[in-house]
Amino acid sequence: MNPVIKGYVLPGLPHLLLTPEANPGWQKIRSAMDKVRDEIAKSEADVLMIYSTYWPSVIGHQILARPEAEWVHVDEQFHAVGSIPYKIKADRELALTYVEMAKARNLQAREINYHGFPIDTGSVVVSKIVNPDNRIPCVVVSSNVYSDRAETIVLGKAARDALLKQKKKAIAIVVTSLSNRIHDKVTAPQDDKIHSLKDQEWNQKFLEFLGEGRLEDVSQLSRQFHKEARVHKVGNFKPFWWLASVMGQNNLYAGNVMEYQPVYGSGAAVVSLTPSSKAARDLEFDENDPESFPGERNVLGGGEPAAHASLRELEADADIDVGAEIGADEPDDLEVEDDAGAGSNPR
Amino acid sequence: MAKGKIVAGVLAPHPPHLVYAENPPQNEPKAECGWETLRWAYERLRSSLARIEYDVIIVQSAHWRTNSGTHFLGVPHFKGLSVDPVFPNLFRYTYDLKVDVPLAEAICQKAEAAGLATEMMRNKDYRIDYGAIVSCHMTNPSWDTPIVGISSVGSARYFNMDVLQAQMFKLGQATREAVEASGKRAVLLSSNSLSHRHFTKEPALVEDMSFEHINNHNQYLWDMKMIDLMKRGKSREMIDILTDFTEQASAETDSGALSWMMSAMNFPDYPAEVHGYGTVIGTGNAIVEWSQA
Repeated sequence: MNPVIKGYVLPGLPHLLLTPEANPGWQKIRSAMDKVRDEIAKSEADVLMIYSTYWPSVIGHQILARPEAEWVHVDEQFHAVGSIPYKIKADRELALTYVEMAKARNLQAREINYHGFPIDTGSVVVSKIVNPDNRIPCVVVSSNVYSDRAETIVLGKAARDALLKQKKKAIAIVVTSLSNRIHDKVTAPQDDKIHSLKDQEWNQKFLEFLGEGRLEDVSQLSRQFHKEARVHKVGNFKPFWWLASVMGQNNLYAGNVMEYQPVYGSGAAVVSLTPSSKAARDLEFDENDPESFPGERNVLGGGEPAAHASLRELEADADIDVGAEIGADEPDDLEVEDDAGAGSNPR
Repeated sequence: MAKGKIVAGVLAPHPPHLVYAENPPQNEPKAECGWETLRWAYERLRSSLARIEYDVIIVQSAHWRTNSGTHFLGVPHFKGLSVDPVFPNLFRYTYDLKVDVPLAEAICQKAEAAGLATEMMRNKDYRIDYGAIVSCHMTNPSWDTPIVGISSVGSARYFNMDVLQAQMFKLGQATREAVEASGKRAVLLSSNSLSHRHFTKEPALVEDMSFEHINNHNQYLWDMKMIDLMKRGKSREMIDILTDFTEQASAETDSGALSWMMSAMNFPDYPAEVHGYGTVIGTGNAIVEWSQA
C-alpha cells in the first residue's frame, strides 16, 4: 500500500492569507492554493503530513502533537500585514507513532504539546488556506538546522513507517519557498519581483523537473539548488529530501505546477505530485540510501562518534556488513512494502 | 535637559536554560540546578548595574530576525506567554514589559536618516522573542525598567559579515545620538552567544551538568581569543576579526548585536569586565560588561 496519496509543495508567507489582493501574482498563488484546498477536501486522506522549512529545530526533530493548538500568530517580520488567529488540530496518535518510528531509526525526536507553542508562520498560513475547517488533522515536523540529506531521508522514511503502522492515508505537504531571498527593505506589493535573474532561472529549472513528476531528480538536485538559490541560513535545502522519501523515492508521479509567482522577492510555487504508474524519467542514482541515522560524525571534534565506532568494531570482530546490521536493528513491526506499484523504489 | 548617555554595554547571552535554572515564578518549567557559572556571572552583572542609575535597557536580539531592515518594538506595553520554539521544554515564560516607544522611534528615525531600512513594529498581538526576554530577565529580573527592542537583520547571510557590520556601525551611531538627545541613561544589551554550534541531543535531565561542555575545541579557542581582546580593551581589534570569528566558530555574532553595541559605545578602548564564561548545550557564552558610568 502506498500511504501517500498525493504530495504538494506550498509557500507559506502571510501575504497569501492576509493580503492576496494586494498583488495580482499573490492572488494567483492564493487561487491555486484554494484549488489545493478543494482537492484535499475531495480526497480520502486521513491526515496532512507537513514538513515546514519555517519551523527550525536544533534538538533533533520536533513533531507537533497538540490535539488542538489555538493562538493569535504574528509573523516576526511581516507583522504589519496583520494578525492570524488560528486553530490547528493535530493527529496526536500518529504524531506519537512518528516520534516512535523516528527513534527506531536512531533519530532524535520528540513530541511538541505545549499551550502557546509558537507554531511557525508557514504551517499556520498553509493550514488556514488549504484546510480551513480542520476537517483533516495534521502532523507537522520541524526542519533541523544542522541536518543534511541522510538524516532527512531517514526522517521521511520514519513518517512513512508511521503511516504504514497506523494504516493511514496521507497527503504530504512541504511548506517552502523555492528561492528564499526576500527584499531587504520594505517593498510595495506592486513592485514585487523575484529577487534576481539567477534565482528565477534556478526556480524554473526546479519547476521543470517538478512539472514532469521528477521528484527524485529534484531531491538529488537539492544541494546544488541550496548553493545557487537559497540564502544559507541553514545547513542545506531539505524539504525535497523529506518529500521524496515519504513519497517513496522515485519518479513515478504526475507533476502539476499549478502556479509560480514572486512573493516578496522569494519564489513561491504551488505544485502537486500525484503517484502514477508511469515513470517520468528513468534515471538511476548511486547516492547512498540510508535506512538509519548513525549520528553526527563529529568532524569538528575530530573524534569518532559512538555509533560509527561500535559498528566498525562489530564489523571488524564478526566480519559482518554494517548496513545489514543497521537494518537488523529496525523494529519487527515495521511493514515493508512488497508491491511494485507507485510506492516502491524503482531501483 | 541634560545630555543622555550610554552608561553601560553588556554582552548578555540568552540561552533559555539560564532562566529555567533560575526558577523564576514567570517560568512554568522548574529545574534542580544548572549552568551556575553563567548564572553567577549574571548575578555579578546585576550587582554592578545596581551601582549605577539607568532609565532604559536597549536590547538587540538575535532571535528577532528581520531580513527587510531593522525593526523596533513600537507598542508601549506587552504582556503574554513566550514559549521557546527550540527548547519549549525549558522556557514557557509569562512576560509583562514596558517599551520606551519615544526612544525607539528616535533611534528608528536616526537610523533611517543614516540610510538604513527601518520599520516600527506596531502590532499589539506581537509576541516578544525569547532571546530578548532571557537577556532582559537575567539582567533585570524585576522588569522595573522599560526596554527598547531592536531586531537583528540577516545581512550576514544575505551578503556577508562586512555588509552587516557596516550597517550595524550606522545603527550604533544612530542609537548613541538618539540616547544623547533623549537625556536618558541607557544600558545596552547585545543578546547573543559567542561560538554557537549546538549539540543536537540533550540528556533526559537537561540540567545534568555532566553532559555540558563546549561543542569543539576550535570554538573554545576562538571564544578565548575574543574574550582576551575584550579584557585588554581592544574592541576595534575584536571587531576587525569578527568576520573570521563568526565564520570559524559558527558564532551568533552574525546577528550584528555586538557590532552595534561596540559602535554605539564608540569602540571602547578600556578593559571590559568579564563576569563569566560557560557553555550551554555546546555553545560558548560570556557575560561581559563595558561600564561608562
